[in-house]
This record gives sequence, structure tokens and C-alpha cells, in this order.
Amino acid sequence: MTTLHGIDYAVMLLYFGFVLGIGVMLRRYVRTSEDFFLSGRSIPAWVTGLAFISANLGAQEVIGMGASGAKYGIATSHFYWIGAIPAMVFVGLFMMPFYYGSRARSVPEYLKLRFDEKTRGLNAIAFAVMTVFSSGISLYAMGKLLNLLLGWSFDLSILVAAGIVLAYIFLGGLTSAIYNEVLQFFLIVFGFAPLVFLGLRDVGGWAGLADRLAGVATANGYAPGAYTHSWRFMGSAAANPVGVEWFGLVMGLGFVLSFGYWCTDFLVVQRAMAANSMTAARRTPLIAAVPKMLFPFLVIVPGMLALVVSSTSSVRQPGPAAVTAPTTSPATPPASGLVPPKRDARSGEPLRDARGRVVLDYDLATPMMLVHFFPAGLLGLGLTALLASFMSGMAGNVTAFNTVWTYDLYQSYVRPGAPDAHYLAMGRFATVFGVAISVAAAYVAASFNNIMDFLQLVFAFVNAPLFATFALGMFWKRATGHGAFTGLLAGTLAAAIHHGLSLPAGAAVGVKGGYLGIATTYPSELAQTFWTAIAAWLTCFGVTIAVSLATRPRPPEELRGLVYGLTAKPTDDVSRWYERPAALALLVLAGAVVLNVIFF
Amino acid sequence: MGLDLRIPVGTLFAVIGVLLAIYGGATLGEPGTAPTGVPIDLVWGLVLVVFGIAMLALARRARRTAKPDAEHRPRVP
Repeated sequence: MTTLHGIDYAVMLLYFGFVLGIGVMLRRYVRTSEDFFLSGRSIPAWVTGLAFISANLGAQEVIGMGASGAKYGIATSHFYWIGAIPAMVFVGLFMMPFYYGSRARSVPEYLKLRFDEKTRGLNAIAFAVMTVFSSGISLYAMGKLLNLLLGWSFDLSILVAAGIVLAYIFLGGLTSAIYNEVLQFFLIVFGFAPLVFLGLRDVGGWAGLADRLAGVATANGYAPGAYTHSWRFMGSAAANPVGVEWFGLVMGLGFVLSFGYWCTDFLVVQRAMAANSMTAARRTPLIAAVPKMLFPFLVIVPGMLALVVSSTSSVRQPGPAAVTAPTTSPATPPASGLVPPKRDARSGEPLRDARGRVVLDYDLATPMMLVHFFPAGLLGLGLTALLASFMSGMAGNVTAFNTVWTYDLYQSYVRPGAPDAHYLAMGRFATVFGVAISVAAAYVAASFNNIMDFLQLVFAFVNAPLFATFALGMFWKRATGHGAFTGLLAGTLAAAIHHGLSLPAGAAVGVKGGYLGIATTYPSELAQTFWTAIAAWLTCFGVTIAVSLATRPRPPEELRGLVYGLTAKPTDDVSRWYERPAALALLVLAGAVVLNVIFF
Repeated sequence: MGLDLRIPVGTLFAVIGVLLAIYGGATLGEPGTAPTGVPIDLVWGLVLVVFGIAMLALARRARRTAKPDAEHRPRVP
């Protein structure tokens, strides 16, 4: 258990004070429901851009990417350099004109304008459930982690964090969430950067890290460079720790999952919709992409380091402040670096997989790095950064939830035509019960080895077919509401069937798949997730086209502003060339290519 | 929006930076304060102070050069 000092608490309290202060200061700007849910469309692009990635920078990113870094090595960067970046460029350049230009107040509302009520209803309900569930997982992970690291009460940690998020959104609405997300973004950057610096210094830089990881790779039966090269071993699924080959990776992660998430998830798109102009909205994901492509160094590298930093070479001297990792009892089998083994909840014995190898608790990779390297003071900053990531992820979910609930469900089905003040009050009320459901969900959150794998699975079921629907809706004017609705259902069903018929190697039949019989096995859970997404996307794409062709299309004049070819091209209202969305997009893509080449 | 975000961000980081730097300076040389040989509290505290002040300076410059309506469109720093 780690002991904190007064200075650590001081940093944490300062942060709490500022996030609440921002909520209080913004309260007077919230007069209408549009102010509360859309920030009155008044926020500059650099702020919405940073909020765009920060809302996604929740626990699943900081903890999950560190975990994946320890599990898969630098190949985890595919989530960024082949996943997020191209998708963010696409949503900024090609999709934002329809989201922002249609004046839809949410992503489900765009579906209503473009298709019909039932498509919107389906999407809104699925999305609302998913956001509170994600927010609950985030809370659960936080409570568990703070309990393990600091011995804090699980219940109290959850209630305090949820209470603070509730307070600042209740007061200042989306603006407050966005402003705090930017604050949290900087905290996460400045809280984790010294970790990477100290960790790399300790192992002798990138070369030292690669040297040590070569040992880990050969011990696990891979070529020495398998953990430090992102593409070189992607030729066959058996040759890399991700357990997937390049085609499944590019199609499943790069195309289906990433485009499905970044281009259709209201959680992030809402940030761009709050921008103060069309150009600002289009630049939001492009500005976000710049720091996003550097994040692997901030969140993945600590996980890789955790695997090879020697726990005995601790920089901390024994003493009252010494950190005792949960692994250091004498009976403990040798762990990998700082990553402790996963333990049986009752006996406390390390868990072993089917082949008798100790299962590591990868989710602790990054947190163990924090307590290993940071002295009092900086530890407070690091833990505050961790808290900030939990809170920004949760706030993103809560603001997306309260908007979809109020506009797409309540105003559409429960009480249409009420005065605006009524919906503003409902938005505040929805914030309260959204947080309450999240807290409840935290208590039922699943026990997965890796949060990221689990969330990707949820995204595969719900989001993977979505991008087919949006792509067809925005770029094919013949697509119809019946087609979209049937396609979405078929896609989600296809995901469930594919998942039910396949199993990752070494997993037991059940929540990991195989519940409909085992038709195929995959080398890893991620490979199964990617292929599930591909199946969902293809099914949705095919079914939407087939049903659309068999049903009556809407007249073109009703689709103006909603479909490519029937919408005027947006004009840029910026003067400098590098502020233009197209120029920014090229720079971002070039950066992603360079990074892929460097770590090839 | 009427609140320039750079002001709270700059203030928070400047204050945390000063706290860390003072604490780091006061505990200099004590065991466990310099992982891998770097007095990291002091060094990082100063980095945060510089960042905080830069943010505040940008906010101040934007306010000075601002036209009456410009607070709605702060410039990208």
C-alpha cells in the first residue's frame, strides 16, 4: 500500500477545487437547453479539439492502453496510427459538414433527419445504455484501483468522483464538461510525461527498452523484435503478441471499429458540434488528431516499461514512505517486471491459464509504474492525472447521455412540445440519474482481464454496423430508413452470432464466445473482436443496400444538407493555409505515416 | 463563452508547479526524492510553472488585442 503525503493531497484538492470552480463560473452562461447541451455552439476549435480527445481519454485509454502495451507491445499503437487518426481525419473532412450543417442536436437526431424515427430510436436507446455502462465501468475501475493502491474505500472513492462530475455538469452543462476536459487533458499529459521520462532513463532509453523486451518476446515464443515493431510481424497471426494478421487488423480495427467509434459516437462528435463555426467543427477532430498521434508515447510506453523495469532496482529507498507492491510477499512467484499476477479473489493465489502460466494483471501496469517511480509530490500529480482521466471519461459519457435522453428519447417519445425551460430542467435531472445509474453499473461491472478488450467487444456489437449506416446515409442518397433500420439490426445480430460461434484460444465457453457452438478459434480475443466487427459491418452494409433498393427512397429535396451531392460544399472561413481543414488533414496523415514507418 | 479557459488552466498549473518546486527544493537530497538521479519534483515543478505562466500570458495578450467581440473567438495559441 502506498502512503500519500500532505503535498500529494494538496495537489489533488487543488484540482478538485478548480474543476468545481469552473462549473460554478459557467453556471451563469446556461440559460437555454441549447446552452446546456450544445454550449450554445460557441466554443473555439482548439478547446473543442482537446475536449474531443479528452472525452475519450477515460480509464479505458490510460489504464487499458498501458495494459495493452504490456500485453502486446508497441503494436498497441495500431489503435492510434491505423485506427483513430485516419478515422478522425475522415469525420472532420467528410462527415462534419452533415453533422454540423444539418443543425442536428445529436447523432441520433441526424439519423432521424436523414432516415426515420425508428432508426433514431434504436440508435438513441442503444447509445444511452452504452454510455451509462461505460461510465459505470470507468467508475468501477477507479474505485478498485484506488482501493488497491492507496487503501481508499471503494464506495467513498466512487461517490466522491461521481459527486464532483455530477456537480460540475449540473452547473455548467456541456461547456463545463468541455472546459474541464481540456484541463484534464493537460493534467494527464503533465502527469504522465515524467513517468515516460523516468522509465526510459531507468532502462537506458528506447534501445534499452527494446533490448529488454527482446528477452520477454523470446520467452513468450516470438521473434526478439515482436514487442517493439508494429508491422514487421503482422504477416501471420502466430508471429505477433496481438494474435492477428495485417488484414484483420487493417479491416477490423483500422476501418470498421475505428471509423465506427470516431465517426459515429456522439460522445466525441458532441464536442465538435459545440464548435462556433462549420470550419471550427471540421477542424475539431483534426486538431485533436495532432496530440492523439503522440499519445502512444504517453500511455502505451509506460505499460511496455512496466514489463521490464526491475522491481528490485526501485528508486525508492526503504523507509516510512516506501511503496510495497502487492507482489512482494515472499511466496510470490516471479512476476514480469512491475506487473503483478492476477490473484484469485478468495485464496489470494496467482491465477494460471490453461497452459499453467501465471496470468498477469495487466491493468495494474501503469498504476504500478506511478507508485514505483514517483516520489511524494509528483505522485500526487500522477494520481490526480489518473483521477482526471476517470472523471473526463465519465463526464463525456454523462453529457452525451443527458443530451440523447432529453432530446432523442424524452422530447420525442415522452413529452414533446414543452417549453425550453422544461427541457433544460430535464437535462439537469438526467445528469443526476445518469450519474446514479453509472454508480449502480459500477457495482455490477464485469471482471475482465483487460478493460480495453471488453469495451472493444461492446463497440463491435453496437458501433461496428453503425458506420455502414452512416456511410450509406451520407454518401448514397438512395439509402432508405427501412434499409438503415434493418441493416443495423442485422449487423448487431451478425456480431452476436459471429461472437457466439467463435472462441479465442485458451478461453472458456461463455462471455468470451462459443455459446452457439465453436465454429472457429482465434489466436487472441482482439482477433476475435476485429473479425466480429468485420462480420457486423459487412452484414449491415449488404442488408441496408438490399432493403433500400426494395423500398421507396425519399425525394431528393428532403435530403438537402444531409447527403453528399445534395449539399453545398462547405467554405473555409480561415485565412491562413494551415488552418484550412484539408491542409491540416494532410499534415496529420503525413505524421501518422511517418510514425508507422519509424516503428515499422 | 465569456470565460477564457487559459486563465484557470494557467493558474492551476502555475500553483501546482510552485508547490512542487518548493517541496522538491525543501526535500532535496533526501532518500527517494531523485529517481534515476533527477530531482524530479523540483524540475517538473519548474516546467509546470513555465507552462502555467505561458498560458496566462497568452490569455492576457488575447484580452489586450481583443476587439469587443473577439472574446467569442479566442485565437488558437
